[in-house]
Order: sequence, then C-alpha cells, then structure tokens
Amino acid sequence: MSGVVLILGARSDIALACASRYATGGYSVQLAARDPATLEAAAQDLRLRHRVGVTCHAFDVLDTPGFFGFLESLPEQPDVAICAVGFMGDQPTSQRDPQAAALVMRSNFEGPALILGLLAERFEARGHGAIIGISSVAGDRGRASNYVYGAAKAGFTAFLSGLRNRLARGPVQVITVKPGFVATKMTEGLPLNPRLTAQPSEVAEAIWHAQIKRRDVIYVRRIWRLVMAIITALPERLFKKTRL
Amino acid sequence: MQLSGWGRYPRTEGRLSAPRDAAALAALLSEGPVIARGMGRAYGDSASGAHAVSTRHFNRMIAFDESTGQLIADSGVTLGEIIAAFLPLGWFPSVTPGTQFVSLGGAIAADVHGKNHHVEGSFGAFVDWIEVMGADGTITRCAPGDELFHWTLGGMGLTGVILRAAIRLRRVQSGWIRQRTLAAPNLDAALKAFEDTAQATYSMAWIDCAASGPTMGRSIVMSGEHAVRSELPAALRAKPFETPAHGSPRVPFDLPGFALNPWSVRAFNSVYYWSGARKLPSSLVGWGPFFYPLDAIRDWNRIYGRKGFMQFQCVVPLESHAEGLRAILGAISRTGAGSFLAVLKRFGPQDSRLSFPMEGYTLALDFPLNDRSLTLMPELDRITADHGGRFYLAKDSRMSADTLRQTDPRWQAFAAMRRESGLAGAFVSAQSTRLGL
Repeated sequence: MSGVVLILGARSDIALACASRYATGGYSVQLAARDPATLEAAAQDLRLRHRVGVTCHAFDVLDTPGFFGFLESLPEQPDVAICAVGFMGDQPTSQRDPQAAALVMRSNFEGPALILGLLAERFEARGHGAIIGISSVAGDRGRASNYVYGAAKAGFTAFLSGLRNRLARGPVQVITVKPGFVATKMTEGLPLNPRLTAQPSEVAEAIWHAQIKRRDVIYVRRIWRLVMAIITALPERLFKKTRL
Repeated sequence: MQLSGWGRYPRTEGRLSAPRDAAALAALLSEGPVIARGMGRAYGDSASGAHAVSTRHFNRMIAFDESTGQLIADSGVTLGEIIAAFLPLGWFPSVTPGTQFVSLGGAIAADVHGKNHHVEGSFGAFVDWIEVMGADGTITRCAPGDELFHWTLGGMGLTGVILRAAIRLRRVQSGWIRQRTLAAPNLDAALKAFEDTAQATYSMAWIDCAASGPTMGRSIVMSGEHAVRSELPAALRAKPFETPAHGSPRVPFDLPGFALNPWSVRAFNSVYYWSGARKLPSSLVGWGPFFYPLDAIRDWNRIYGRKGFMQFQCVVPLESHAEGLRAILGAISRTGAGSFLAVLKRFGPQDSRLSFPMEGYTLALDFPLNDRSLTLMPELDRITADHGGRFYLAKDSRMSADTLRQTDPRWQAFAAMRRESGLAGAFVSAQSTRLGL
C-alpha cells in the first residue's frame, strides 16, 4: 500500500506518530501546521528513516477562508487526510471568557470539520480517499471538568458521523478516532492511569489498522469503549452529580 | 519514582524528567544535579539518581552522507532505529553491543564495544564529533583531540548531557553474517580458538561457567563476517538486506526466584554446549540472531525474578589472562553459583582515556541477586584486581569505591577534573556517588 497522507496539526505527538506509521507503510507525507518552519526537523527525520517524500505546508485551522487556497497549494492531492488538530484550553477560563471558549470551539470543531468536509468533497469527486478525524472520548458526554472542549469534540464527532453516513455508499472512508488518554505534550504532568493511557505510536497503529480494516469509529484501548459505554449509559439524574 | 537499570538492581528513588528540547533541558540543569538516561540498558545504577533526565525526546535523525556513511543524529536515537533506517541502503553500525536497544548517547557515554573490538576498537573509534550540554546549559561540539571529547567517551554521562553525535556507519552488502562455530572442550582450547580467529571481523564465545575440572571453561566460540552478495544463496540475493523477523516472544511476568538455581543453570549450560557442538561449523545467520540473540526475548531480564540480577564484567590483561580467567572460573564453580549467561571475548588494544577495554580477555557474567552472588562477586573483584584487570561501569551495580580506585586509577584523574570544573555538582548518578566520582 502506498500513496500520500496529509497530516493536519502535524506538530502534535499523535500526528508525528501517524506520519511515521504511514511512512513505514510507504506513504509520502504532507505535514501541515501553522508555522511550517517548525516541521522541518521532523520532516528530515522522516525522510532519513523511511526514504519517502515529505513536504511541509502552512495551515491555520482558524483561517477558514484560507482553506481553499491551502488545498490548492498542496503539490499532490492526498489519498488519506488525518486531522490531529486539537486544543484543550482551560475550562475555567473558557467559562469566563467567550473569546477563549470560541478559540477552543473553533480549533476543535469548526476548523477540523470544515477542512475535512472540503477534502471529502474532493475525495468523492476523485473516487477514493480516507478521511480520519481525531476526536475525543470527551465528546461522548459533557463533563464539568472540560465541557467546552468536550462540546467541540462532540460536534466534530457528530460531523464525522454525518459525513460517513452521507458517503457510506461511495468509496470514501470516514474514520472517527477517540484515543482516550494519550501520553503526549498535552497531557504531560497529569496523573493519568497507565492502563487507560496509550502511547502516541499505539494511536498511530490503531489508525493504520482502522483504515485497512475499514473501521468507522475506534477507541484506541479497548477498555475505553467499556468506560464510555458506562459513562454514556448513566441516567442524567445520576450523572449530573458525578465528578468524573 | 523508582529507577533502576536493566538488572533491576539496585532500585533508587528519584525523579525522571523528559524534556522536549534543549531549552527545557537547560532549565532542568539549573535546578540541581542530573544524570542523563537513554534506554536504561546499563545494568546497574549508571543512569539512576536523584534526578534522571531522559533523552527520549531527543530522537531525530538529522543528516546522512551516502559517500562517507556519516550519520548525524540526536542522542536518543537507538542503534536499532539506525539499523532499520540504513541497513536497507547497505549500512550497519561500525560497533554494536549485544543489544540494539541502546541509545546513541548511552553507547558513547559507556564507549561500548562489540564482537569486533579485537580488530576495530570500541564505539568511540567511529565517532566524528559529539555535542554535549554542560552544567550552565551551553552546548559544546567537540571532536577527537578535544579534552571534553576524551572525558565524555566512556565518561558515563558525568561530563554533561550528550545531545547529538556524528558517527560513521560501515558499508555492508547484505544483512547476513557468515558464522563459524567451534566447540572448545576447555579453557585452553577456547583461548587458542580466539588466537586462531584473530583475523575474523567478529568473534566471541559463550562460556559454560558451571563446568569444572577437565571441562572448565568449555565454550562455543563463534566468529563471523558480513556476507557479501555473491556468498548468498540465489534465493536471498535479490533482497540481500531482508532477514527473517527476529524477536517475538516476551517474558510476560517475573519468574519466581528459584527458577534459576544451580541445577537449572547447569542443565541449561550443558544443553547449550552440546547443541552448539552439533551446529554446522559454518552457516549463514541474520544480523539479528548473530549480534542480538537476547533481543529476541523481550524483557528477558524478568527471568531472574523480582529481585533482579547483577552483571560482572572484567577484563584481564593479556600478560595474565589465562591464570586470571582460570582463577575466576574456579571461584565460580566452587560456589556453584554458575552464571546463566556468560560471555568471553578477546579485546584488542585500546587507547582512550576512560574506556573500559584493554588488550586482553573480557568475561561477562550474570548472577541472580542473592547472598551467594553477593559473597562471590567481591571475591571475583579481588581475583581480577590481583591479575591487573579492571571493570566495566556500564555493567556495575555494586562495586566499592576502593575497588575502583585500586584497579583503575584513571577515574581519580576524572574525579579531580570533575571537582575542578564544577561538573561534580552538576552531573550525578547513584553510581558516581557510590564510586566517589
């Protein structure tokens, strides 16, 4: 298998792990982030390790009017697009400051959904492609500790679900990834349960397999499916009193 | 958290940080003494301490020159990653220790050696330059001829944090090794086999430490050469760098402490010797089983049980090697504390400031952590010292400062240099404290 994978939000640990996994599989890689200069070292590392073509591109997830221009600027139309853009924000700040909350919502929902939507259009017209959105278990049910982020991810999950439903009869694949806890820069220093915490390389491997096996929605560690099944099944009367 | 090396003994309480870039690392250095930690494959407490700093985020390959084989990479890159990236292009590490799961920084800090030491020297012989972050957070690039370079090679991370290096890989025509195997029925035969294979690029012997009397020191002596393409069977010639996948089983839990006892060790060693003796004298093996037989069993250190194990590795100079080895093997078989895995290897000359090798024979042994081993090992120290030998700090977990001082005066000069330059307060491992470095 080979082709071109586009990775949006390529600075993140999960994004780089995906780049490495797809490069191992023979894919050329397009890395996209706000400041492409910061991607050069990672790009060079990928080239040396995997002997694949790697290009770096400027992509600002908040610049929705610029999305068309960004897609035009790509040297090749990708075969796979992975959106790893994510911004946790700070829940108490988001509660007080609408600008801060809007940034979380736009970074996790608006931008990722719209760019993947545009890519899906192109993939559909061309007749093949895979759209992979990295959402979050936080989107499965809003919780006090991070519901602004959770709501944005819920929106993203719903968008991907609808997109998949629309494209289900065609050749384009849409995969929703809910990684659970991952040991990344975003979670560094948090006291995470190691049984619930995946390494970025595990997430990448799960995504790779999900694409090959044509999965729709994946949790990276199986235990998360159970955990979230319980959390989403709790009656609201009970749930509202929990501290999760 | 608890920090320990590959032998899982000793365990020390300490902090483990994993800075993402040089600036974050410099900030940590300003907080107090640290010790760099790569893959944690030193056996003892070389990379444990009050504050260990992982180099795992310093893991980028930066440049490769196809005309010279020079690779520039960050110190957290492992030899296994280097093989995965460059063997398909026909390059292999010039020197490799018995595991591919070591970091570049660790290989330089311990100046590791491989099966080719007798002809090509240690890892450091193929290092063009290194970049080291000092106590004040500044990064210095140094090369052979520079003081810092010579103190850092084999300096066990005590001169700073190695961040990047340029190393030279070797050209190979395949991923296969032409291996020759010889069963030596006793120590004299084994030593003779080494002298007979002095021209071979690679040589080492697995030695049966449980054998005594007339069979004392019986060994399976292995030598090898990188196979050139024309030596491969036609079926392999099309894809000469592809060898069968190596390494799947994993030790899933700690074996109980009694699993390795004098009887099971004796039985294992006998079986190993006789199966080695029946091997074809010459065969073609993949680079994995040849260089890294133990890497095939992930987490093999767990076979020694929860308490862990210790390594003992000494080198005895050429002048006194036969008597020295005989005395060591005699002491081991007398106590019945046979080592599960023991390796004998001929070293060539070595001219460096701190590195472990010297011309002679090196013996590496594993011992489970128990009273018998703890009584035996100081005795082995004494025998080694009496024969003019010295010890490998990457393996050490228990030696006394006195023993080091007595056997290897080079480290006193090192300790003095550290005191004068302020490094003594900036880079500290549990081992450096124990050994008074």
